[in-house]
Amino acid sequence: MLGLNNKDTKFLIIVILLTLSTPFVMQPFSESSAMAQFNGGYPDLMQRVAIFGIFAIGFNILFGLTGYLSFGHAAFLGVGSYSAVWMFKLLSMNIIPGIILAVIMSGLFALMIGYISLRRSGIYFSILTLAFAQMSYNLAYSVLTPITNGETGLQIRPNDLRILDGEGSSTYTNLFGLQMSSSAKWEVWGHLFTFNVGFYVCAFIAICSFYLSLRIFRSPFGLMLRAVKSNQNRMSYTGLNPRPYTLAAFVISGMYAGLAGGLLASMDPLAGAERMQWTVGGEVVVMTILGGAGTLLGPVLGAGAIKYLENIFSKINENVLHGWFDFLPDGLENLLVWVFARFTGDGWHLTLGLLFMMVVIFLPGGLMEGAERIRNRFGSKGDIDETGASTTKPAE
Amino acid sequence: MDQIILQLLNGLDKGSAYALIALGLTLIFGTLGVVNFAHGALFMIGAFCSVTLQKILMISQITIDESKTDFLGNALKVKTPYVEVWFGEATGQAIIDWSVPLAILFAIPIMLFIGWAMERGLIKHFYNRPHADQILVTFGLAIVLQEVIKQFYGANPIPTPAPDVFKGSFDFGTMLGFEANKIIYPFWRIVYFVFSVIIISGVFSFLRFTTFGMVVRAGMVDRETVGLLGINIDKRFTIMFGVAAAVAGLAGVMYTPINSPNYHMGMDFLVLSFVVVVVGGMGSLPGAILAGFMLGILESFASMNEIKSILPGIDQIIIYLVAIIILLTRPRGLMGKKGVMED
Amino acid sequence: MGILEVQNVNKSFGGLKALQNVNLSVEEGTIHAIIGPNGAGKSTLLNCFVGKLVPDTGSVTFNGQSLLGKKPYDINQMGVSRVFQTPEIFGDLTVFENVMIPCFAKRDGAFRMHAIERVEQEVDIREKAEKMLLDVDMADKMHMTASSMSRGDKRRLEMAMCLSQDPQLLLLDEPTAGMARADTNNTIELLARIQERRHITMAIIEHDMHVVFSLAQKISVLAQGTVIVEDLPENIKGHPKVKEAYLGEAAE
Repeated sequence: MLGLNNKDTKFLIIVILLTLSTPFVMQPFSESSAMAQFNGGYPDLMQRVAIFGIFAIGFNILFGLTGYLSFGHAAFLGVGSYSAVWMFKLLSMNIIPGIILAVIMSGLFALMIGYISLRRSGIYFSILTLAFAQMSYNLAYSVLTPITNGETGLQIRPNDLRILDGEGSSTYTNLFGLQMSSSAKWEVWGHLFTFNVGFYVCAFIAICSFYLSLRIFRSPFGLMLRAVKSNQNRMSYTGLNPRPYTLAAFVISGMYAGLAGGLLASMDPLAGAERMQWTVGGEVVVMTILGGAGTLLGPVLGAGAIKYLENIFSKINENVLHGWFDFLPDGLENLLVWVFARFTGDGWHLTLGLLFMMVVIFLPGGLMEGAERIRNRFGSKGDIDETGASTTKPAE
Repeated sequence: MDQIILQLLNGLDKGSAYALIALGLTLIFGTLGVVNFAHGALFMIGAFCSVTLQKILMISQITIDESKTDFLGNALKVKTPYVEVWFGEATGQAIIDWSVPLAILFAIPIMLFIGWAMERGLIKHFYNRPHADQILVTFGLAIVLQEVIKQFYGANPIPTPAPDVFKGSFDFGTMLGFEANKIIYPFWRIVYFVFSVIIISGVFSFLRFTTFGMVVRAGMVDRETVGLLGINIDKRFTIMFGVAAAVAGLAGVMYTPINSPNYHMGMDFLVLSFVVVVVGGMGSLPGAILAGFMLGILESFASMNEIKSILPGIDQIIIYLVAIIILLTRPRGLMGKKGVMED
Repeated sequence: MGILEVQNVNKSFGGLKALQNVNLSVEEGTIHAIIGPNGAGKSTLLNCFVGKLVPDTGSVTFNGQSLLGKKPYDINQMGVSRVFQTPEIFGDLTVFENVMIPCFAKRDGAFRMHAIERVEQEVDIREKAEKMLLDVDMADKMHMTASSMSRGDKRRLEMAMCLSQDPQLLLLDEPTAGMARADTNNTIELLARIQERRHITMAIIEHDMHVVFSLAQKISVLAQGTVIVEDLPENIKGHPKVKEAYLGEAAE
């Protein structure tokens, strides 16, 4: 089906079901229970999971397949956001033109940056992308203020042009009239589930992105990208020019980043330069590694895990902690609260940093490798062979 | 003319900081072959050593002074730092005043220890892993160190003044025969420049004139052979990592009066110092120094109004632009050796 | 006129003259060995054939076309394949994928973006790769990760990769270096078989005289950057100039 073999079709269906059921999966606790604070099923968070999932899927096409570590992908995210907001301002609050322009612009940007950066490899490549990202960020803050609106960021105003929408039209992003922020709520057995338009738009696009990356992984092009990672020397002595292959991968992943940026702007029509900072590019690196670089599902899981945990951890402040350890004697309670408070609330980044280090040190293959190890320990082989090695097996 | 001299001077202190960080980074590249993304964090920790010392010196004895009262008639609490209690008021105040230079002594053992612990505890396990893994794990460490500092010192910059003696400015203009007040330059920046020159020449002479340094240089060229000669090169490289950490830390200590330290200063300097290293040529110590000063000076020239009016925004990107051009035309940087970090 | 013609090639690195006025002609359909003591310039010469180095002066032509200034992948696309001294393979990929890649390169050229097609459905490529693996007796190792194999197997895989492109000229850089005698004999047999069946022209750099004299139809002896003798194997044995090159002047 859809040009996939049976195994991959099954895999894709599982991913689709998982994505569509996110409002349930991320909302496991009843509203009245003490655990309700760990629910993550609200629109904003779910949208971000889907969007950063797209970002990570794209990044993985570059890093996971070719091994080129870019720290500059935040620039494309930013370019995507700015382009989308400009479309909203000039043309229409319908998200389609905005997203299309975001993908095109980031693709052009990636072509330019990639063409230059890919002349070098290894650490030099990483530093070149870093330099480009930092340059775009600085420019967005300073000279490009007419386009980016500097520190304030680009925003929608009621008196914007919006040629297609006409005067006095709404300033909410929509898809042919369907507002991104509108949601349906469903209350059942004390659980509250939110079905948000914006999330489902993001989820649909995320599924398409995943499908496309699945096709790339299984294609001769994907095989060539893995060859780039494995041995470029052999590749060129085999009559293949590695440069256009890596450039193509770079542009594709840049377009994914632009798509993610466009979607971010579509959910919340605002674009700021801080989205272009290299540490944001570092975040997608963290997500991809955490989930498992080079695997299909890993980056999505990584993005989901980080965005979910970020939300939960940031919410746990000292009051919440005091609530938890209330039953302990005062001294011990205060001690435990102090210790935990270092890692929660504002300390989330500390937890993230530690988690990331642990993964790089002990589980270089990320969560997917962890799952693999557990599966091997219990002796049973799962259905889905993740590494892409299945491409070598004869067609069924 | 006076403008040019002024910008040249302005570039020197930034260039000094770049050069010092890049020097440490290059030492680590050259000896251990490790790409250390946590190096900016070491610079930041150095800066916070100086903050910490200042805080320690300010620990005060609280006495109640019955002779003074506040507007409610309560006796005033008077805080007297212990150093003043112990050493007498004048000496005590002088010690506090000189806390930044004193922090050098305080920072050296701390930074050496942190460097040693980092190498033995973490970096050691990554020698045989790909460079990408080294980048990733040290990037993770950088996040952790930065967040730990943020937890203890908060997110706001903490002012750490230089000693009173150095607070003024020096009028270079009159010395060179220009009008007064044309070229004025803060004393502390001169101190910083001199300090960095001392450190740089210290490191160079250590490598050049001591047996230890000779072995290390030999090891940088061919680690295996030196190891086969029965020399414990690993141990020396660990020490060099400590030295590199100390250089970064001292650069941070002395930088505090120029810019109040905050928790993300490490990340801010990291990208720039990597660019410096790449421009200088990976693995080349003189290259790192040269590129550090060159880029610092270029940056301050680019921020001149005359230049900005021709090329708006050039001051924001000049360093990156130079780096990109250098990397593309001279892939090994200004003074890089063949085959360093080339895949 | 040979398939590979080298004329008056000079190459120096700094002050060191690695190649001086090298002339060489490889006849189509033959196995041509290039021998010589260490540092004679054999590898430098080979690198000039594949585009890794560009000679300072002189010409290198393949089928009448100049190879100078061409990129390695262009030269490969013209029909020149190379086997390295230490096997260069795609270590992370399976043996089967390793052989499929050169098949793709042969069919699609230096770059072609087949991003939507499935590798599984490329029947012609798969059949060709499978046949190639059968040819070198590696069909049973098809799904192994290439880096996990023994050195001998890696070497054979590399040869299979080169042969799957049906090259007109196969360059081999010390194909038996570091091999045990039994493996060496296997390699000799394999190369002889290939030559017999496919009539591929080969140029071999080799130290092991056993290999050279079992395979070569013509031998060039390189010493100090110049070809001192080019002749049939039987004339090379005992040739005074060759002795001199190998044993130094004291041998006279």
